Amino acid sequence: MKANTPMERLSNGILKENPTFVLMLGMCPTLAVTTSAINGIGMGLTTTVILAASNLMISLLRNFIPDKVRMPAFIVVVASFVTIVQLLLEGFIPSLNDALGLYIPLIVVNCIILGRAEAYASKNPPVPSLFDGIGMGLGFTLSITCIGAVRELLGAGQLFGKQILPLADAAAGKMGFEPITIFILAPGAFFVLAFLSAFQNKFRLGAAKRGIDPSNPDCGGSCASCGNSMCKGKRG
Amino acid sequence: MEQMLHVSSNPHVRSKVSTNRIMQMVVAALLPATVFGIWNFGLRALLVILVSVISSVAFEWLYDHFMHKENTIGDFSAVVTGLLLALNMPVSIPLWMPVLGSAFAIIVVKQLFGGLGQNIMNPALAGRCFLMISFAGRMTDFAVSDSFRGVVDSVTGATPLAALKDHGFTQGSVSVWDMFLGNTQGTIGETSALAILIGAAILLIFKVIDLKVPLTYIGSFSVFVILYMLFSGMGFDGNYLLSHLFGGGLMLGAWFMATDYVTTPITPLGQIVYGCCLGVLTAVFRLFGGSAEGVSYAIIFCNLLVPLIERVTRPAAFGKGGKKA
Repeated sequence: MKANTPMERLSNGILKENPTFVLMLGMCPTLAVTTSAINGIGMGLTTTVILAASNLMISLLRNFIPDKVRMPAFIVVVASFVTIVQLLLEGFIPSLNDALGLYIPLIVVNCIILGRAEAYASKNPPVPSLFDGIGMGLGFTLSITCIGAVRELLGAGQLFGKQILPLADAAAGKMGFEPITIFILAPGAFFVLAFLSAFQNKFRLGAAKRGIDPSNPDCGGSCASCGNSMCKGKRG
Repeated sequence: MEQMLHVSSNPHVRSKVSTNRIMQMVVAALLPATVFGIWNFGLRALLVILVSVISSVAFEWLYDHFMHKENTIGDFSAVVTGLLLALNMPVSIPLWMPVLGSAFAIIVVKQLFGGLGQNIMNPALAGRCFLMISFAGRMTDFAVSDSFRGVVDSVTGATPLAALKDHGFTQGSVSVWDMFLGNTQGTIGETSALAILIGAAILLIFKVIDLKVPLTYIGSFSVFVILYMLFSGMGFDGNYLLSHLFGGGLMLGAWFMATDYVTTPITPLGQIVYGCCLGVLTAVFRLFGGSAEGVSYAIIFCNLLVPLIERVTRPAAFGKGGKKA
């Protein structure tokens, strides 16, 4: 796939350079708000909107921002979008705003957003930058929703707020699931993040060994029918 | 002639003591406490112990098998982990909990960090804390259904330590002598200080452990409790101090879990520092913390400090340091 096309940017953000599991960026919201799958989606989509908008804006301004003050300039842009999104959330989805709380203003210093601004948007034209932001944001959303779902399932027996596993009731003598509370607490976030990272590493490394690049949908995952000599699968 | 000249690189003199020999000694030394626990709490205690030990060994085998590693169940360390985990549980625990606890202890805490010798904290205690945080109600439910002796049946409700925390040492408290013998509530292995001390004596005689860590642990704990008594206006009360020493998991922790080779500093000075940290932290957790017991959290917390302690207390090599001429 050609570099810097919209599709390539999307798949790059979601799979190849997934911000949470591969780049290990944005750990603060990843660990703090993933107590449930709903919170994960909410946080992820909020970040996606801000990421896409700030990437676009910074890319448009990339020739006007002096190199020496680029960090403060990026922060001003990101903070403006965060303020807009926070006011919108407060007005229209107050429940999500309450659940995420402090972590919405903290998106200003989210390292995924600053990282993409520095590494991509400030050097590339607006359209790929916009899709880079959307791809990274969706990758982040997908990852923290997965973490949130696992934690919610193990820690409360629920999925998206619905009781999936029937709870035990000692008083009624009913057998059932006893929530493993530690997964809702802070240590659980680390356990789940570590295990999911390990699993996706195994999947990616295993696929790379077999000569398949899962991040490249162009060749259908098979290198036989593909003439791209730059493909990651061909290297190994 | 060539047969007589055995050429090899050093070391030339090896100790006969091996890992599995040490682990077998620890299991043997835990037997008095184990047998007492079964006698005290009934056959169900035996069941909990068996489930915990077997599942620990099974998880070790499974991990080694699926990760294509050398099989390490022969070194008995998984048996020790399973046994210690079971001794740290109340008898009424549902049987799947020891299985879950040993899975966490063996796979997450021990094997993922590289197996025996690499674990960052004591696996059995980490397993216990995992269960304690997840199922606080079950882990502190000390109801006894069938005992071989009938003494404990009548005593339900709070452990002596919880009662001590709420009311201090009163007329109605379990006597210090009963706590020393083990005629009281608690987890399977922690109740009898006597049985634990017999086991500790075995370990000391065979030089599996030395006195530095347990003595500094118990000593600094006692000093802190005495200071607390004097400054909180309670006045010195020998019964209060002894109840703290013989109640709860302090004895089991000090002799069997704080002395784990992997998670203890190797420098002599470091061991003393480590023991003092343990004693002070345990006392702080017990006296000022939310729950009555603090031994297991104190030990895993200090386990994490061990690399730091070792770094600070590393002795100077011979010929280095000292006054510059």
